[in-house]
Amino acid sequence: MSLFYTLKQAFIQFFRNLNTGIVSIFAITAMLLILSIFFIATININMAAETIKGDYDSIQVYLTDETTADDAQMMVADIKTVKGVEDARYQTKEEAMAEFKTRWGDNSYLLENLQENPLPNSVIIQIGDLEQADAIAKKAATYAGVEDIKYYKNTVDKLLKVTRFIQISAVVVMIFLIIISIIVVSNTIKLTVFNRADEISIMKYVGATNWFIRGPFLVEGIIIGLISAGISLAIAAAMYHKIIEVIGDQMMSMLSMRIVPEDFLIYNLTWIFLALGVSIGACGSIISMRKFLNA
Amino acid sequence: MIEFNNVTKYYKSNVGLDNVTVRINKGDFVFLVGPSGAGKSTFVKLILKEIDADKGTIRVRGEDVTKMTSRQVPLLRRNIGIVFQDFRLLPKKTVYENVAFAMEIIHQPRKAIRRNVPQVLSMMGISEYARKYPDELSAGEQQRVAIARAIVNRPKILIADEPTGNLDPDTAWEIMQLLNTINMRGTTILMVTHAKDIVDRMEKRVIAIENGRIVRDEFGMYGYMQALQNTEMTFDTVEVETRRLFKTRFRRGGQRR
Repeated sequence: MSLFYTLKQAFIQFFRNLNTGIVSIFAITAMLLILSIFFIATININMAAETIKGDYDSIQVYLTDETTADDAQMMVADIKTVKGVEDARYQTKEEAMAEFKTRWGDNSYLLENLQENPLPNSVIIQIGDLEQADAIAKKAATYAGVEDIKYYKNTVDKLLKVTRFIQISAVVVMIFLIIISIIVVSNTIKLTVFNRADEISIMKYVGATNWFIRGPFLVEGIIIGLISAGISLAIAAAMYHKIIEVIGDQMMSMLSMRIVPEDFLIYNLTWIFLALGVSIGACGSIISMRKFLNA
Repeated sequence: MIEFNNVTKYYKSNVGLDNVTVRINKGDFVFLVGPSGAGKSTFVKLILKEIDADKGTIRVRGEDVTKMTSRQVPLLRRNIGIVFQDFRLLPKKTVYENVAFAMEIIHQPRKAIRRNVPQVLSMMGISEYARKYPDELSAGEQQRVAIARAIVNRPKILIADEPTGNLDPDTAWEIMQLLNTINMRGTTILMVTHAKDIVDRMEKRVIAIENGRIVRDEFGMYGYMQALQNTEMTFDTVEVETRRLFKTRFRRGGQRR
């Protein structure tokens, strides 16, 4: 009966104060949307960083066209014994082209106009211990038939620093936005509390417990939070869908980088928004009632 | 029932209560009188633990209120009914709902609510107004609703804070009869008031407070005029004097708390 009472009161209150409720729903929705933009940017940057890190965990040793497959295999066998090397394999120019095509996916038709395969034969060394990367690269350079060595340790380091910086600033901005949202909700709830000051004082005189009085306001805050979460989730999902539609392909072909898939993002955003909506609503209402109940 | 032992309460600039010791027994009907700012409200607030005493102990039904935690306060208040001068009914609820509300918020079962509320309304003589809203009722009828709400949970103590302050003398007297009936059924009543004529007519115990001290505690008459003779005239005393001199019976204006 008590739970039923609390829910009923919360909905009555919410609909009686629909105007202020809607104002805070707008405000929180706006906050959550800004937040979702940061979130989308951050996880995409993270994913890009992971991809790049994966790509450059390896040293690519390009071989001259004159180097035979046997020479290359010998080199592979030898380099595997070097400290810090996890694996090494020989990749022919045909294999390289095939891999290239899969990575480009739908856009691979662009490659079909090529007269001859411009890619070289290569040995790809997987590095187990990044500390050893420099030494391994130097060692690889000493083999005969090596045309060029591609290895991006500095780039990877820089990239990791930049992503870390972006992650931290995103978190700071998100915390800031959450605090603002809580203040907005608490002000809305404060209005409802003032509207019902008489009722609350009577409840206190008759001996209602603080949690009993707080209950409906808490639920009202949570309702506001959940509605905002729902609206912003719908908008964010639509927005991301559009983004993928418009620039997803270009990202792929220009940067050969994949964008975070839509369903993965929406799944995560759902939980994040629900959690944030509920906690923003709950915190807002508890803060707004604190002074009132102690008075 | 209510016991004050050397209770002192200071506010920033003035004294609320100054070393008050008093005992109100089970089944008593006690008037608490005194000029504005004398400490009557402080007395009531201390019983309800709306404020805390600086010194001394307060016992309500044997339990030390001064040692209670804020979690225990609701339980304390469930044993104390309270009626205000301005009724404090909820305007958006009907008479029935206003009274039922007091039971709902302490989780009483629906069955009990359906049984007790009509009973109390009938005892207060307002059964026919059950479906009306407070603003459709006269002041006296509203006060009956407020009393019904205060006693529906069968508290052992009823505190009435100037319950007749907004009522004309005849209506006020009817309310007094109701309070008397409630008292006869065993509820201890503490009534804060300025109404000399009522106090004199009721012939109950009268505790007079002034400047935070109990200046009189005796049966029968209002009698605080004597106590006031040694002090400055306040607006209250002017009003009481005027009333006494002209023996007029007029409706008392809203007393500021």
